[in-house]
Amino acid sequence: MGLFEIGVSVLTALLVGVLTRDTMRTYLLLALSVLAVYWFQPVIPLRSFDFWLPSLSLALVILVWFITSQTESWSSRENFYGLMIIIGLVTILDLSRYLFPNLLLTATIPPQFISFLVFVIALAVVILFLVRLSRTHRWILSAAIILLIVILVILKSPILSLRASIFLGQFTNRSAENASASDLRWLGFSYIAFRLIHVLRDKQTGRLPELTLSEFATYVVFFPSLSAGPIDRAERFAQDLRKDFALTQEETLLGGQRLAIGLFKKFVVADTLALLALNDALATQVSATGWMWIVLYAYTFQIYFDFSGYTDIAIGIARLIGIKLPENFSSPYTKPNLTQFWNNWHMTLTQWFRSYFFNPFNRWIRGYRNIPAWLMILVGQLATMVLIGLWHGITWNFVLWGTWHGIGLFLQNRWSDFVRLRLPNIGQNTRLQSALQFGGVLFTFHYVALGWVFFALSNPTLSWQVFLALSGVSR
Amino acid sequence: MQQNKPRLFGVLFKAIVLFALFNFAFIFLRDIPFGKFSLYNSFFPGRERLPFGDHPHAYNLNMFDLDAMFASHVLTGTTKTPDEYRVLLIGDSSVWGTLLKPEETLAGQLNSLAIPACGKTAHVYNLGYPYISLMQELMTLDEALQYQPDMVIWLITLESLPSDKQFGSPLVANNPDRVHELIAKYGLEAYTNDEALIHASKWDQTFVSRRRAVADLLRLQIYGALWAATSIDQYYPESYERAQIDLEASEDFHKLKSLKNTLAWDILDAGMSAVPNTILVNEPILVSNGLNSDIRYNFFYPRWAFDEYRMLLGEFAVERNLPYLDLWNITPIEEFTNSGVHLTPAGEAMLANKIAPAIQMNCNKQES
Repeated sequence: MGLFEIGVSVLTALLVGVLTRDTMRTYLLLALSVLAVYWFQPVIPLRSFDFWLPSLSLALVILVWFITSQTESWSSRENFYGLMIIIGLVTILDLSRYLFPNLLLTATIPPQFISFLVFVIALAVVILFLVRLSRTHRWILSAAIILLIVILVILKSPILSLRASIFLGQFTNRSAENASASDLRWLGFSYIAFRLIHVLRDKQTGRLPELTLSEFATYVVFFPSLSAGPIDRAERFAQDLRKDFALTQEETLLGGQRLAIGLFKKFVVADTLALLALNDALATQVSATGWMWIVLYAYTFQIYFDFSGYTDIAIGIARLIGIKLPENFSSPYTKPNLTQFWNNWHMTLTQWFRSYFFNPFNRWIRGYRNIPAWLMILVGQLATMVLIGLWHGITWNFVLWGTWHGIGLFLQNRWSDFVRLRLPNIGQNTRLQSALQFGGVLFTFHYVALGWVFFALSNPTLSWQVFLALSGVSR
Repeated sequence: MQQNKPRLFGVLFKAIVLFALFNFAFIFLRDIPFGKFSLYNSFFPGRERLPFGDHPHAYNLNMFDLDAMFASHVLTGTTKTPDEYRVLLIGDSSVWGTLLKPEETLAGQLNSLAIPACGKTAHVYNLGYPYISLMQELMTLDEALQYQPDMVIWLITLESLPSDKQFGSPLVANNPDRVHELIAKYGLEAYTNDEALIHASKWDQTFVSRRRAVADLLRLQIYGALWAATSIDQYYPESYERAQIDLEASEDFHKLKSLKNTLAWDILDAGMSAVPNTILVNEPILVSNGLNSDIRYNFFYPRWAFDEYRMLLGEFAVERNLPYLDLWNITPIEEFTNSGVHLTPAGEAMLANKIAPAIQMNCNKQES
């Protein structure tokens, strides 16, 4: 989201907050979020895919809602209205190529109506078939999770993404030579997929409360958090949506303050640091140890201010509409150990992985009684962190980044146990405690910063060169 | 005690008032040369050439604040020692050094020769800038006078001379006050009412209007760190398109039939008088041997125009008794890079070898 999109989102949020109440607010938020899915989607070299990809996002939302909701609720008036809002708006967006060709919301001209109609009918048939199947076959829920993961893997893997681009290019008469791995920029899909997987898993475990289609779709594609999170929980989001909300002066000030902080973090601090921050070019151009540390520190703070700035913006805008999105960052670089760092960095993603991977994985591995405890911890930490790495992109560098943190968490776990057992009275010595706290913050910060060397660069060779420069070894 | 909660409209009102004050305060601050406050030559080493370019990995930028540009230059941070013979190079992109590293430019090559000049050693500073306009070069030269040059070497080419393109350079167009000062100082009345000059209104002087300039100034300082870290100030592509050899069969030069009364000799005259010891150089151009090379020398120049220019420039130098080097054809075709005036490092070395004796020969002119 650029400044213009943020400005429009703020004005829209203010209008919604001031003018609407109760159910009307939910319908309006649904409509605005559906429009935002198309508006925020950047242009894609594949013809009309800036229309098709958002449409597929909405199709997945509708499909998952149908297979996770009670059959009896389908015929309710609210759900009918919700479905009509989604289908109606998408149809209008497609027809805008004929109706208002100079006022398009999509990045390029939407596809011809006949193509759109075929797409809608085909999707409707598939959805109806799967929904029917889901009434009698529980595995449909697992299949939907697998489908979402497969799409994520394709989008996150440069090789698969390139192949997908070449394959899809055939339908748009695009030459394979022009295809690139970055063609399929599906806005917000990482977040959409994780919200949908959360809902599907909660349905499987019987923890999912009943949501109307409007509530569900608004939760998944809620416009302030569409592009950069946070990943809320459906039941918490729905609670806010159902609350009677009227935008007060206090709420406006609190939302506005958060928004201002976010804008400053992102567009002043982060964008300034971005000029200096470590990247592939600087990795080869900088050779002096001191300067390499400076560009690494710049990256370390840039990524924090960029991401947490966007989160503040999302939280601030959402607050104007009465939605209190969860926090994503809480001073992570001031934490004395890696566990606390991860409890305060991209918190909603960490919590998601804890709920849907780490805890189930730990329960499963504990079944193997012959595996020593330390190995269980190591495997659990490593697997979780590597998966978090892969969520950012399926490349060796993200695997290394995840491994770096997995090993770090394991070592910190062992160290904590060692200190607790061998130095039980350490807490009574306040000076030593303060020194350890300070040393812990410094050490954790640098461990995380060094981890960014993998995250910021495109391949392990460059990362190795940077490590050499950082350690003062000439290249 | 009950704490008063801030009221929305109070906060908004204060924010608007503060912003308006801040915005319009810039009108009264316009005469403060903020550009002179620089991190270069203190925190970071000065740049070898003036800031120019906009490639993200070149750590450089196009800007219009001449104070800031000079403040970032190594010239500003170098105290003139008794044994330094200070030489300034003025010119276009060929002097600035497109596609060349600082040490490969003409200034770099001359410095590597460690030219003895009147018992001192010549230290050459690159003040070239990649737009072709004599007015821009005069502006740079005039700004550089405060740095005590012993000699100026002004490399020119025909393309910078047409009177009607003197304000085409963005650096000139965006510095109307400086241009007016130059017009008054050097008696260039013919240019007073040029429509290309941008006159800043009061609104143009507010923060909102000048935000780009403010951002550029800050960006220049930040790039200082990367200049210090990488010594890179230009993007060097792995390959580029070579200068055109096969040319169109066109004799057109700015739709002129003759160069008489169309060139800005008055600006050249003004510049030559600014520093008594100035060597005028007709810089090398590519002399094509390809298609239609009997009509044109290169992409820029039909033969008739360049020949007439050379004749006029020669007469100009003789009339004023100026030290003049006509080096237009000293460089072979293969020593040009992506344009008919951009040289390879070897081409720059050839040029340096021609200019070095002239520095030695003319060094004592100021003293005499």
